[in-house]
Amino acid sequence: MDQLLQHLLNGLVLGGTYALLGIGLTLIFGLMDVVNFAHGEFYSLGAYATFAGLSLADLNFFAALGVAIVCGIALGALTERVLLRPLRGHSIDTVMLVMIGVWISMQNGELLLWGGVAKSIAHPFPTSPLTLGGLSLAPLRLFVLAAAIGLVVGAHLLVHRTRLGRAMRATFQDADTAALMGVRIHRIYTATFAIGSGLAAAAGALLGSVFIAYPSMGDLASLKAFSVVILGGLGNIGGATVGGLVLGIAEELGAGYVSSGYRDAVGFVIIMAVLLVRPSGLFARAERVG
Amino acid sequence: MLKRWLRITVTVGVVAGLVSSLAGLDVARAQAPVRIGVIEPLSGPVAASGNYIRMGAEIARDWLNAKGGVLGRKIDLVIEDNKSDPKEAASAAEKLIVRDKVPAIMGAWGSSMTLAAMPKLEEYGVPMVVETSSAASITKRGNPWIFRISPPSEMEAVGLEQYVPKLTIKKADFLAVNTDWGRGSIQAFGDLLKKNGLQVGAAEFMEQSATDMNAQITKIKSTGGDTLFLTTAVEQITLVLKQAQEQRLNRKIITTGGSSSPTQLIKQAGAAAEGTYHIVFFMPWFPESMPDGKLAKAFVEEWAKRGHPFEGLTEGFRGHDGIMTIAEAVKVAGKDEPTAVRDALWRVNITGVNGPIHFEKDGPAGKESGQSKPSIFIVQIRDGKVALPEFARK
Repeated sequence: MDQLLQHLLNGLVLGGTYALLGIGLTLIFGLMDVVNFAHGEFYSLGAYATFAGLSLADLNFFAALGVAIVCGIALGALTERVLLRPLRGHSIDTVMLVMIGVWISMQNGELLLWGGVAKSIAHPFPTSPLTLGGLSLAPLRLFVLAAAIGLVVGAHLLVHRTRLGRAMRATFQDADTAALMGVRIHRIYTATFAIGSGLAAAAGALLGSVFIAYPSMGDLASLKAFSVVILGGLGNIGGATVGGLVLGIAEELGAGYVSSGYRDAVGFVIIMAVLLVRPSGLFARAERVG
Repeated sequence: MLKRWLRITVTVGVVAGLVSSLAGLDVARAQAPVRIGVIEPLSGPVAASGNYIRMGAEIARDWLNAKGGVLGRKIDLVIEDNKSDPKEAASAAEKLIVRDKVPAIMGAWGSSMTLAAMPKLEEYGVPMVVETSSAASITKRGNPWIFRISPPSEMEAVGLEQYVPKLTIKKADFLAVNTDWGRGSIQAFGDLLKKNGLQVGAAEFMEQSATDMNAQITKIKSTGGDTLFLTTAVEQITLVLKQAQEQRLNRKIITTGGSSSPTQLIKQAGAAAEGTYHIVFFMPWFPESMPDGKLAKAFVEEWAKRGHPFEGLTEGFRGHDGIMTIAEAVKVAGKDEPTAVRDALWRVNITGVNGPIHFEKDGPAGKESGQSKPSIFIVQIRDGKVALPEFARK
């Protein structure tokens, strides 16, 4: 029993991190239709920026997290402004190729700047776990889970309760009409990409201290983020959250009770099963007809 | 008519040019450096290890050249990046053989990368000294161009056997990376324990790029064992140690494969690394305890002089030993020609940083690969330092 509960707890914490990765991408991939292969690189940017803030600028841990998120937003805005804006209206394949280029350049840039040796990010939380009966959880993971919940709720409110969110939804439903209604759609594109990248950087900043930072860390993050977005339904923040939790718990139980050699396979089998029944994901965005 | 004459003249000219340049090449080759090919992962997930091996190989090259090289010629390394990817390892081998015409190669770190490069060696007939890979299949496939100086997992298990009673193991679990190396290691160490009448619990796997191993640790926690054998690269060992601490997994942890870099673990896993045991093939913390203490000490000093990070030494020595082995074979052969170097590798008898290097036949009769019998050591992290365990002290 303890073992099952511990697996569920692990799955919840892991799922929370997947959700965090997914919500940023669901904005960019789901709403903007940019197949953002560089999403994982903004994740590793967040981790390395936190590391730099702590070790080079001697910041406090929470300040370093903030700096990392700001870096993600700034670089995201720059990428959109410089690389994606001129390609507006081009085919999705062209944009995809450009994002593959961004992915490779950012990853190699990190390798050049920081070297191949993994970096460990210091954090102020005690390393001895919180325990309840047979269950244990590191305080840092609890903080990450809480922060993830906060960011998911924040992103949801931003999209559904603010003026900017309304403008975003209008732009991606019908850019021409939105422009005619006075929405400055170029700014909306930039803002959406920047927010999505900022969320990826936040995930990297939080998880960098749980795991370790190394140049290719973004590859796995990208893979999981795409899985979560597709599972949850494109462009749906609630869907990405549920998708993340489902994937986290499925992997955890698969590894615990089926075989750890097939851990990732279990996650993908679930995704395939869901897509067979619901081809647009668990919570698909309502498509406009006509 | 004129056209025809022109054609003949041009053809003759081209042929003459080719012949003379080939002859010129032969003359140039006599004074040109002896080129040794190196294939390592210089980028990708295991880039750190590959770069340390390159640094070790460069030390060997510079030491040899300072003494006049081999056959009166300088040694030149042609280094290729396999990007931690088996496909790239195969094309790097082909490039080194066809374009650079190297007489021998050292590589290619990971077992999967080495296995991918091996058919190219047989196709073109060029020997490769394998410096790190430990999957048993490498020397069992019947590829007579393979000469391995690193221990396969079975040999590592045999090396550990003498310490098994002192480690007081009753029941052990396994957690390994899901590759040829990890699976082979679980097999080898599992057999060793069973042979000694000890219990074997769970055998769990993790993908090479996985970062969250909590599911596996939770499962291992439920088996009631007292020891965990851990087989993967240093980055993942760091993560497992941290997560084992978070889940209060009270086990004696023993890492295998020699890629654990205890110094890096102390830095990155901190208290979570305390008390863990590590099988290593080089002990830079106490070089005087190595088979050739003087050479080991000189290597550690040269490494520091070049400003290379200390934690890289447990990988770096492999590069040194591999290049020394090839250089010796070229010397014995008397020429830098692949088949001659291959035949000479069987007669190599030197002492590297790890210890004596001498190849014995392994694999199917008639097509044997060479396998040296490296020295194997065990160290423990105690009070934030690397130490010899009580039982291993002389």
